[in-house]
Amino acid sequence: MGKYEELMARKNEIMKKSIGIDYSIYEKGKLSFDYEKMMKDTGYSLNDVIKIQNDVGVGNTPLLELRNITKLARKVSKTGKAARIFIKDESANPSGSFKDRRASLSAYDAKIKGYKGIASATSGNYGAAVASQAAMRGLHCIIVQEAYDSRKVGQPEILEKGRKCEAYGAEVLRLTVGPELFYAYLKLLEDTGYYNASLYSAYGVCGVESLGYEIAVSCREKFGKNPDAVVVTHAGGGNVTGTGRGLIKAGADDTLLIGASVNLAGLHMASDIDFNKKSFTTGHTGFGIPFMTNPDRSDVPRSAARPLRYLDRYVTVTQGEVFYTTELLAQIEGMERGPAGNTSLAAAFVISQEMDDEQIIVVQETEYTGAGKHILPQLTFAKKNGIDLSLGDPREEIPGKNIIIPNHPSKMYIENLDLNKYRKSYIKNAAEKISGNEILDCDVDFLAEETRDSKDKVIKTLQELNLVIGR
Amino acid sequence: LIKKGTYIEVEEIVLNKGERASHLPDDTKATPLKVWIRGLCQNDCNIGDTAEILTVTGRLQKGIVTIEKPRYDHDYGEYVEELQNIGKQAREILGVI
Repeated sequence: MGKYEELMARKNEIMKKSIGIDYSIYEKGKLSFDYEKMMKDTGYSLNDVIKIQNDVGVGNTPLLELRNITKLARKVSKTGKAARIFIKDESANPSGSFKDRRASLSAYDAKIKGYKGIASATSGNYGAAVASQAAMRGLHCIIVQEAYDSRKVGQPEILEKGRKCEAYGAEVLRLTVGPELFYAYLKLLEDTGYYNASLYSAYGVCGVESLGYEIAVSCREKFGKNPDAVVVTHAGGGNVTGTGRGLIKAGADDTLLIGASVNLAGLHMASDIDFNKKSFTTGHTGFGIPFMTNPDRSDVPRSAARPLRYLDRYVTVTQGEVFYTTELLAQIEGMERGPAGNTSLAAAFVISQEMDDEQIIVVQETEYTGAGKHILPQLTFAKKNGIDLSLGDPREEIPGKNIIIPNHPSKMYIENLDLNKYRKSYIKNAAEKISGNEILDCDVDFLAEETRDSKDKVIKTLQELNLVIGR
Repeated sequence: LIKKGTYIEVEEIVLNKGERASHLPDDTKATPLKVWIRGLCQNDCNIGDTAEILTVTGRLQKGIVTIEKPRYDHDYGEYVEELQNIGKQAREILGVI
């Protein structure tokens, strides 16, 4: 056994020490686990979460109406109608994104449990959020980033995030491309004894519940009703899951939860060459689809981010559309915000046109913008990496080859992905992990909950996979 | 010569080519997994030497010296012509200008 395999074999033991959760107690049946018990065992209620976040200036961000973007949607809508578009300005959080909500709970928990430091494996805003929360709580912080290709060339957005982590006093480990980043991360956790602020722990997800909750409460206060739809940028699934749970906890059962990702079909996420051919480092299908159909591929044994449980609809947009929308947000709404967080806004612009004027669609995040993390450096970088940039019809965009900025707002479009296909794929992935061909009745119940589908449909899929249901 | 106590960056190989995970695309498999870490050098050193650093969290880490006082050089990029008409066109459609 090589040193990689040797360390990976100790994964569960290291996790248990670094996060204080014994995941084995939740396991049941052949492939199931008690998700709600795991979430409840954090010991933090939604009220506790809100209080903890209040204490560190996280949350209670403004919900702003995008009047000009709504008007523009109506101008180009086939029916002349479009729902009112609102945006939750999450860039108002201390480190500039909604990720502060997720980090706040982990940092609090780490402090309470007596850890001297906190760590996270992330190239995204989450690193800055953990670093910022660690600074507030007086904890050491180490962020492990997938930062460069083998030539040591990095996306400007990732370089900026590395800077921001260091600005908050964190240590940053910058790695080359590859999933064995997790190996380096486990080794670090073992060596330092730090708390693992995983994006996928129950703490990392229940911190987002306050976001869904605030959206529902604000809409009821302002308009006397729940929002008709909330659009969430979807990557690892925590944003969708936490927001969905928060909406449900606020009693907004009738609100449609729509996930949106940037379409990066055809680019391999672990490829050294493809790494710098994409202009989005998160919020894309390269994370969105695998994490939806196999959530436990994350850095904890059982991920708390389970998007299929909450999604009503899943759509994709193109890189060019998100850049276009980012420019639009600055130019006609006077809000300069980072591109990646505008994925859900690009989708909402199109979806609003399927709706009536009096309906409300909420885009649930924005993120800060700055050097590196801005459309100009990101497009400059794309051009330098051989990506062809042009104006035209975004339907013709091929990820890794070109970026097409819509030449007119009427060219904005979304692609609807079939959630039934991903439900089946989820069941197939779950079934692959069992030995033999028999599963139990409780597993069928679990799969129905996981895929938010009927038991009959789950049984049909299981039969197609030649699995039998034992007692 | 880089003086002891200077903020530097060092490079370390985490996994050599042969030690990498099995399910990797060929292009990635052909390269080692590297990490770059920053901190204060514990002795006088030169670029290319093996040196020990003390990181901001108090860890001692050895590696090959790559940069003295690493600076942030990401910026706001170049002028992008393809974006110049987006705001103007939207304002025209809205009839505000």
